[in-house]
Amino acid sequence: MTWFRKRKFTTLRPPSQRSRIPEGMWLKCSNCLEIITNKDWEENLKVCPRCGHHERIGARERIRQLVDPGSFEEYDAGLVSTDPLQFVDLKPYREHIEESRRKSGENDAIVCGMGRIETMPLSLGVMEFAFRGGSMGSVVGEKVARTLERGLEHRVPVLIVCASGGARMQEGILSLMQLAKTSALIARLGQAGLPYFVLLTHPSYAGIMASFGSLGDVILAEPEALIGFAGPRVIEQTIKQILPPGFQKSEFVQEHGFVDLVLPRKELRPTLARLMRFFGSEPATASETRPAETERASENSARIIESFGP
Amino acid sequence: MALSAFDFEQPVIDLENELKALQELNPPPDNLAEQVSALRERIERTRREIYDNLSAWQILQIARHQARPRALDYVRRIFTDWTELHGDRAYGDDHACIAGFALLDEQPVCLIGQQKGLDVRDNAYRNYGMMHPEGYRKALRVMRLAEKFGRPVICLLDTAGAFPGVGAEERGQAEAIARNILEMSTLRTPVICIVIGEGGSGGALGIGVGNRVLMQQYAFYSLISPEGCASILWRDAKFAPEAARALKFTARDLKELGVIDEIIPEPEGGAHRDANMAARLVGQAIRGHLAQLRAMSIDEIVEDRFQKFRRIGQWEEIETAP
Ligand SMILES: [Zn+2]
Repeated sequence: MTWFRKRKFTTLRPPSQRSRIPEGMWLKCSNCLEIITNKDWEENLKVCPRCGHHERIGARERIRQLVDPGSFEEYDAGLVSTDPLQFVDLKPYREHIEESRRKSGENDAIVCGMGRIETMPLSLGVMEFAFRGGSMGSVVGEKVARTLERGLEHRVPVLIVCASGGARMQEGILSLMQLAKTSALIARLGQAGLPYFVLLTHPSYAGIMASFGSLGDVILAEPEALIGFAGPRVIEQTIKQILPPGFQKSEFVQEHGFVDLVLPRKELRPTLARLMRFFGSEPATASETRPAETERASENSARIIESFGP
Repeated sequence: MALSAFDFEQPVIDLENELKALQELNPPPDNLAEQVSALRERIERTRREIYDNLSAWQILQIARHQARPRALDYVRRIFTDWTELHGDRAYGDDHACIAGFALLDEQPVCLIGQQKGLDVRDNAYRNYGMMHPEGYRKALRVMRLAEKFGRPVICLLDTAGAFPGVGAEERGQAEAIARNILEMSTLRTPVICIVIGEGGSGGALGIGVGNRVLMQQYAFYSLISPEGCASILWRDAKFAPEAARALKFTARDLKELGVIDEIIPEPEGGAHRDANMAARLVGQAIRGHLAQLRAMSIDEIVEDRFQKFRRIGQWEEIETAP
């Protein structure tokens, strides 16, 4: 687990508040202060049209942006932490968890399921930073493992979208062991000849990067996301020096050879579709996407949108 | 090397001073022999009581003791014909990591270790046992060599963590650790990992994916240092002893959590009190587990390692709204 200086232009408001703003209302970019209509903001996937600032978005919104409408079917939503260490810091871990569940509307820091990109099926997991900084404990580790296993079972590609400060301290060594559990399954996915994609978003650090975040066959990243192993503060304290400009930003990490593509948000979905085709996915024909399935899936997504509130 | 005492040993030190004073009495009391043996017994009893009830924070102090035997101390005592190999064939040679081959009872084995320094100068050379990416890549290269020639791999874990520096980040510290973890999970040869001091998070796990994970009695293995944990969760590093307890990182805790397979006993007072005895006990554990693993097929060994880590974790499943 690492921690961050609060960035001047980063708002930490949950996405639910945003989506409640009625259409036609004006918004101000938190980076360049440009005034944007809510409609333009949504259409531009919450990227400022003037300065290109990528606002943080939640897991559900990310899924809506990436997969075909109505195609997402959630799995393992009911997995919750049992507080295996009975950890108490300034307050009991159980209370931290309850609070995070209330505030984020999620049961833990990742949303997993099956979906389609340009009709091609995939198994995906998207981390939710709003839930305890996207930290990985037993639940995140198990859900990532099952997401990889679904890829194996259905013989489809797997995508994990990272947003995490690292492993969850309150589950101690069990959190650490999730690195081994998830990485071992990535090895099996590779042995089965199935592609594994990673999308790194701001921030992606520590435990997840020392495991599934660094192991993609192809690794994508959003612009200006901070990505690394040790947090900037820890490094500064160790080396007693100012860090070089742009240190640990996506572009820097790409320049050093650890990210394939740094892409603006709008290009993520088409690029993933292209990569999936390169590695063997085939678009479904019209008869393959049965209406019954589509209907069920859209009910499902309506439910998800409803549960999106605080 | 001087064996500096721990604060928590003070009652023993007091008794030892009492014993010394008694023996120097002039003229000696009539029942000197009787008094000496009674006092010696009390010293032993007090020491045992202290060591039977060590807190997590006290165990951490033993694990970090400057005179604690290091990886090479075990290599030299348990194995013969140690031949160290160097470099990752890509960037450099990381002195915090030792890797090579040796004989265990005439059988060739691969040894990987994190090597802390013996003194200030050696620590500068060894970077306090904190590895860079090239260290993890060297370890992987040598493990692959072991796999190629069917030699078992034995890893000795002892690090505060992977080194947090600019160069380490630039050369992909996270990727190097992740890659090792992934590759170790598929190695087609037996792997035994032993925490011999500090098991510092991902930095330790980077050479820690084994069929068997063993821990010495006074070693610890933790997601984060208690100082780091306290400064984040308690917002003050002085709560480190509380964090140490909360993190449940002792060998006994990890055995209960199903993370390790065996606790290797140490000489009373810690491995640094008797390195030969400590090495005998470690060697015995390695031989026992190696014999078990050698009786398995390679496919069974790979599956055994996968299942071991696949199982770790605790959660429950609740009903979600339809
Ligand atoms: Zn802007």
